[in-house]
Amino acid sequence: MNVTIVDYQSGNISSVINSFTEVAKGKVNLEVTSDIKKINASDKIVLPGQGSFKSCVDSLNNINGLVDTLKEFAITKKKPLLGICVGLQMFADIGYEEAETKGLGWISGKVSKIDNQNGKFKLPHIGWNEIEIQKESKLFKDIKNKSHMYFVHSYEFIPDDKSVISATTDYSSKIVCSIEKENLFGTQFHPEKSDKTGLNIIKNFLDL
Amino acid sequence: MLKNRIIPCLDVKNGRVVKGINFVELKDAGDPVEQAKFYSDGGADEICFLDITASNENRETIIDIVRKTAKECFVPLTVGGGVRTIQNITDLLLAGADKVSINTAAVKNIEFVKEASKKFGSQCIVVAIDAKKVSENKWEVFTHGGRNKTGIDAVGFAKQTEANGAGEILLTSMDKDGTKSGYDVDLLKEITRNTNIPVIASGGVGTLDHLYDGIVKGGASAVLAASIFHYGEYKIKEAKEYLNSKNVSVRL
Repeated sequence: MNVTIVDYQSGNISSVINSFTEVAKGKVNLEVTSDIKKINASDKIVLPGQGSFKSCVDSLNNINGLVDTLKEFAITKKKPLLGICVGLQMFADIGYEEAETKGLGWISGKVSKIDNQNGKFKLPHIGWNEIEIQKESKLFKDIKNKSHMYFVHSYEFIPDDKSVISATTDYSSKIVCSIEKENLFGTQFHPEKSDKTGLNIIKNFLDL
Repeated sequence: MLKNRIIPCLDVKNGRVVKGINFVELKDAGDPVEQAKFYSDGGADEICFLDITASNENRETIIDIVRKTAKECFVPLTVGGGVRTIQNITDLLLAGADKVSINTAAVKNIEFVKEASKKFGSQCIVVAIDAKKVSENKWEVFTHGGRNKTGIDAVGFAKQTEANGAGEILLTSMDKDGTKSGYDVDLLKEITRNTNIPVIASGGVGTLDHLYDGIVKGGASAVLAASIFHYGEYKIKEAKEYLNSKNVSVRL
């Protein structure tokens, strides 16, 4: 199996590479690239994302043909794709970080700043929080409800269709922290930084 | 609910841990990679390396340690000490660090914090503030490991780092550091009350009650400690169980 971690020159993806390498050991052929041909030929894609919504979208758009290739992979061919953090947020139609920015529009919804209730909640939401599983998801095989995951973000994805939500976490409100829609998977938390439980989620994605 | 974090900090000098753990389980107590792994297996919520190597020539050493650690530890890794340029940050992040901690360079030029957070995102920029009490309810920022007085008010500076994109503040009390008499709770209170980003308490931990005080009385989001873990007085798990028994939520 060929799995590609999309390297589109935005943010630090070393930890994503390290954790996937650890789980993939000897079983999966892992590529880290923005090469469209390689992405087209892979079986699964991981779309990481760090920094602002706008900077990530801009970086994707900067690579000629990348957005179309990802769309063909995820929407037309319906092959498994996992978005992590801003990688997930970009599935939305629109994001409001830095400036109003158009997202990939794969799952309708928006990305807005977490309501900190007048300073009651510190932002970014940094650290370990429990996930509340909302529906059965292939990513959560052998993952207990209320497992701890590592979060670092100030913005949240609000999908229009709530049935795509597979887990939420409690911070100021019930924040969407995982989604599953057919072949599309996304986590707001960082499985690559979430210790053994996080590696288990990565394994579940690779095992699909 | 967001959990309070416990972060062991490893001081690294020329590639070796200075204050080391003497646990029998470890083959080489001076090896930072092995110690980091020991802590992450033991339930540490993050790992922090502080490079106290004096010279610039040895940057490659800490980068190599980060590279090796990041392949074995799958919890967030913060690296501080001598971070002065965008290139320093790029090198550490590429090696596998998740966050960098900036100290002297942030005091010298707050624009550096702004530039770094814009380039890499606030999530990976921690500003380390070393503060010393100068009068009742007044603290001043010190640099160069507490040797240089700056005349800058700590609370004002903390606000300034937030405004310039810092994602977290690592706050060390120079009065308390190494004393094992507890965090400077008043300082913590003052900084956590005046900022809206997470504050990591540092300097002075001698007992598990001190961790409790830092979180509950001081308002810290995370507590950093070195010697109580290094010398085997307490394991991370014990610290967490203790806090949990006193209704402080932690990741168990």
